[in-house]
Amino acid sequence: MNAETASNVLNLRRDAQEEASKLPALLARAEQLANTMMLGEHGRRRAGQGDNFWQYRPMQPGDSYRSIDWRRSARGDEQFVREKEWQIAQSVLLWLDPGQSMRYSSHANWPQKAERARVLVLALAILLQKGGERVGLTGFSLPPQRGAAQVLRLAEAFCVEDNADYAEPEARGMIPHARAVFVSDFMGNLDAVRAALAKATDRGVHGVLLQVLDPSEEEFPFEGRTIFQSMGGGIENETLKASSLKSQYLDALAKRKEELSNLAQLSGWRYQCHHTSESAQSALLWLYSALDGGQG
Amino acid sequence: MSILPLIGFTTPWLLAALAVLPIIWLVLRAVPPAPIRRMFPGIVLLLNARDDDQVTEKTPWWLLLLRVLALGAAIIGFAGPVLNPEGRNEAAGSGPLLVVMDGGWASAADWTDRLEGVATYLDGADLDQRPVAFLQLTDPHEPVFQPANAVSLSIRGLLPHPWRPGDMSDVITLLPDENFDTVWVSDSLSFDGRGDLLDALDAKGDVSIIEPDNSVYVLRPGAYENNVLTLTAERMNEGPETVLQLQGHGPDPSGRATILMNAELAFEEGATEARIELSLPSELRARIERFAVQGVRSAGAVTLPDDALRRREVALISAREEREGLQLLSPLHFLSKTLEPSADLLTGSLSDLIPANPDVIVLADVAQLGAVEVAELQEWVERGGLLLRFAGPRLAASDVSRDEEDPLLPVRLRSGGRTVGGAMSWGQPKGLAPFPDTSPFFGLTIPDDVFVTSQVIAQPDPTLADRVIASLADGTPLATRKMLGQGQVVLFHVTANAEWSNLPLSGLFVQMLERLSVSSLMERPAAEELEGTVWKALEILDGYGNIEPADTLPGVSGPDLVSKDLGPDLRPGLYQGQSRILARNVIETDTVLTKAQWPTGTRLRVFERPQETVLMGYVLAGAIILFALDILASLWVSGRLSARVMRKVSAGMIVLGVLTGLPQPSSAQETDLDIEQAIAATSEVVLAHILTSNQRVDELAQAGMRGLGETVFFRTSVEPEPPHGVDLETDELAFYPLLYWPIDPAQPTPSDRAYAKLNDYLRSGGMILFDTRDADVTRFGSNTANQRKLRELAAPLDIPPLEPVPQDHVLTRTFYLLQEFPGRHQGREIWVEAAPANAELAEGMPFRNLNDNVTPVVIGGNDWAAAWATNERGLPMVQIGRGFAGERQREVAHRFGVNLVMHVLTGNYKSDQVHVPALLERLGQ
Repeated sequence: MNAETASNVLNLRRDAQEEASKLPALLARAEQLANTMMLGEHGRRRAGQGDNFWQYRPMQPGDSYRSIDWRRSARGDEQFVREKEWQIAQSVLLWLDPGQSMRYSSHANWPQKAERARVLVLALAILLQKGGERVGLTGFSLPPQRGAAQVLRLAEAFCVEDNADYAEPEARGMIPHARAVFVSDFMGNLDAVRAALAKATDRGVHGVLLQVLDPSEEEFPFEGRTIFQSMGGGIENETLKASSLKSQYLDALAKRKEELSNLAQLSGWRYQCHHTSESAQSALLWLYSALDGGQG
Repeated sequence: MSILPLIGFTTPWLLAALAVLPIIWLVLRAVPPAPIRRMFPGIVLLLNARDDDQVTEKTPWWLLLLRVLALGAAIIGFAGPVLNPEGRNEAAGSGPLLVVMDGGWASAADWTDRLEGVATYLDGADLDQRPVAFLQLTDPHEPVFQPANAVSLSIRGLLPHPWRPGDMSDVITLLPDENFDTVWVSDSLSFDGRGDLLDALDAKGDVSIIEPDNSVYVLRPGAYENNVLTLTAERMNEGPETVLQLQGHGPDPSGRATILMNAELAFEEGATEARIELSLPSELRARIERFAVQGVRSAGAVTLPDDALRRREVALISAREEREGLQLLSPLHFLSKTLEPSADLLTGSLSDLIPANPDVIVLADVAQLGAVEVAELQEWVERGGLLLRFAGPRLAASDVSRDEEDPLLPVRLRSGGRTVGGAMSWGQPKGLAPFPDTSPFFGLTIPDDVFVTSQVIAQPDPTLADRVIASLADGTPLATRKMLGQGQVVLFHVTANAEWSNLPLSGLFVQMLERLSVSSLMERPAAEELEGTVWKALEILDGYGNIEPADTLPGVSGPDLVSKDLGPDLRPGLYQGQSRILARNVIETDTVLTKAQWPTGTRLRVFERPQETVLMGYVLAGAIILFALDILASLWVSGRLSARVMRKVSAGMIVLGVLTGLPQPSSAQETDLDIEQAIAATSEVVLAHILTSNQRVDELAQAGMRGLGETVFFRTSVEPEPPHGVDLETDELAFYPLLYWPIDPAQPTPSDRAYAKLNDYLRSGGMILFDTRDADVTRFGSNTANQRKLRELAAPLDIPPLEPVPQDHVLTRTFYLLQEFPGRHQGREIWVEAAPANAELAEGMPFRNLNDNVTPVVIGGNDWAAAWATNERGLPMVQIGRGFAGERQREVAHRFGVNLVMHVLTGNYKSDQVHVPALLERLGQ
């Protein structure tokens, strides 16, 4: 083993440890956020496979004798069948924008967009997992599974970052009739989003779009001669008077939000914009109710 | 006058750099402000956006102007601009130049300004290569023309003289023959012969007069009348309302020179005279040695009071009055009439009067004195008193000084005395013989009508001839004198009333008493009265009004002293004759001062010129401010100046402002701190130690006080707060009951103010524990550096007499019963305030009833702080002794500390006899 390989291994190990060190903190924060909501296993509100009692109904032709509840039937002359509530687990597919554009924060007091998004999604995953759902990633890397270990795997997966300036949504490996959560700043190509939604809708997958923005992206508080750069440095734009671009920018942003909203409406998804300066809890509440609401 | 000559440059060639400014303008104009690079994910939304406004492509003109101005200011600043540069040629011209200065006391107030002014003339003359001569009219020497720089060296040490210019005819003869121009620096006071000198100088060449427009202030001698001392100050120029401070300097009761009184001399607007009336206690008045106008450094503004202001205290004692109402027969009647105007008379019994320490005690026909009185009187005379005795029937009839000379009589007396020229005797009443030149009365004129009819006769004796100071025409002594210690005993062989002679009725009697300085004159003696006396200068004034010793000056004859003008031979000052002191002041009551008037056509200049001011600092500061503005403006133009940055910048500016110019906030903070500390020190008992300059000693003292505090806290109901270190100069001492003062040889001696605070502290019940920390090396009588330092430090303190701690001192039993007071060392000598002399051991009591208060100091060298010292965890910091014995020693040291604190806080509580039975029981007695 030569020295270079050794140093590579060392670097790798160091990076890995560094990355791993983020995990507990992320998990802790996500747990904390998730604990703010009280949940139980949700029934399907109809008879079916499950553990909980749903109703007694008179025996009908076709019911097997085994299904007769003898205790109830012994009280009278009729035979009753004991029905249980139908309980199934839902699969929820998550997609978190791994692009560099998410690693932006305009003020030391506000977290990076990526950080906020990660916490939100992981907290959601924890909630869902506690609710007995199966949670996984879109694509093929981490299919939905139950269990606490899945949360750990998810956290690990969220810490992997992409080098692309703007990432495109992953819509492969969609399980039919599953639910999906897309969290991104949606600054990249909208066509990819459109395509992903179309693909999802084809498979009967519904879900939510959560746009996470930094307050400065909402306000454009820049002045003077400025060269704007994307986070990866891939795109540059020079202006001699940044303040004159403000109205143009705000128009473009409003237009994009409207497009996203329309897109969601068309495909039966739900759209929400969240700012990193706001509290994460409200966003989580919205996310959870948006998902739950679709289950009724 | 154009503005240009007012500003000069130290390095003018640097100004050439100003030519670069236009180029810089062009360069800066071409360079727009650099863009900021910003990461911004929202950039994709702007990909198609275009600027619709493109104004900032070039630097804005006002920013350019700002920069060029800043740069220009920097260049000008570095070129060293100077306002009113010196070295301008004042003495343009050619040919020799004579510089004349009056140089009397009137110019002392602004003497350095005058010398500097003359020096600028000399510099100018040096540039023109003119030979220069110098003449000071108060001290004329023949002027010699020399190169100007030689003269400017020699005038640097000149001093103003405390007199006015003298005879001008001598000066005129001194003038050189050749023609020359003259610069005359006048005192602005006129003097005799000034016109003649001006004419003589005019004849030689141009004369320009320089007369500073400062007003001359003078102070007239005080006049004393009806218990009111009137002092008058004058000024030459009428001016606006001015208030000057009049100060009286003199020794305080301990003999240190100090300012005894302050009063305001107010000149009204347009007035040239200010008068102030002072009624001072005679005690204070007698101590004032000189009056001076504060802030006017001139001999003219100083006046020395002599004996004229002093009233002597004379005690008059006669034998018991036998009958009332016969005033004219009272032996004291004429004496009191004579002395009343000029002396304070005391009457009463001798034993009451001697402690009052009068200057003179007069015994009129008192023969017998008690033994105690004789001893006290003799002691008083030996300390410098004047005992004046008069004969009379009682003295003549008594046996006093008959066989042996009485110590309080100058001669032995024959029994009975004699009577001449009476109805029952032969001969004529005797007149007086002329006074011998050894007599203090020498020079007094003897009136023809003074006769003596009766007298007591001195026994012929070998010493008699020396002791006679006045005799009758037939040679029998009339007055005899004997020196006794520092004082003297004088006997008039006649009565003090008109019974035996008519001497007390004559003016001669008054003069004789004056010569004996029984009375002091209000009036200056005439020249004739001082004929034959020689006066020695005690102290003299220099031109600035400072007092100088006069040891080396020759004596001055009496008539000269009062009538001659002041000059090198007769300097202003105090002169001592045989028995009194006379003052010659620069300004006498009748001195006439007139302002110099110069004939029209004289070139009269004012000596004042604007001060040279270096402007470099101001201009450079301006440049820096402009540059700072440029930074802000550039930031603003390029959009880097967001609100957040603005906040930081303004905060920075405020901090800068506070740091540079505004002392108020910090002082406010200081007082806050003081108040906090005061509250901390007074809300609980706080032990304190005095900060020396030695950090190690201070730390140990702090730890020691902490350890003692802990001990006291655990063992007694005193619960002290953590100790304070006290800086004598700045901190208030009154809050602390006990100060521990470790002595370090290197610590600075406190200032007078600090000592005043310490003395207040000691007087008001505080205690200082002095610790020389060297008991291990000291023995009785040794002298370590720490002890010497302690002596030096404690010398100005008001410390009572001390003694080593007696066995029954309260300190031995305020809390623990102790007989030794070890610290790190076990020295035996601990000194406390001495017990009063009358403390006695009462019957059946183990202790004396000692001091009624806390001893203000405890002095020792046992390094107690080391024994008490504990660290923050309460563990001892310094090893004491060895093993268990050492720990025992530390325990006893702590007990001493507890006793000390208890003593400070409870005083003599344990000395109270109420506790004796309990204590006895515990002592097992």
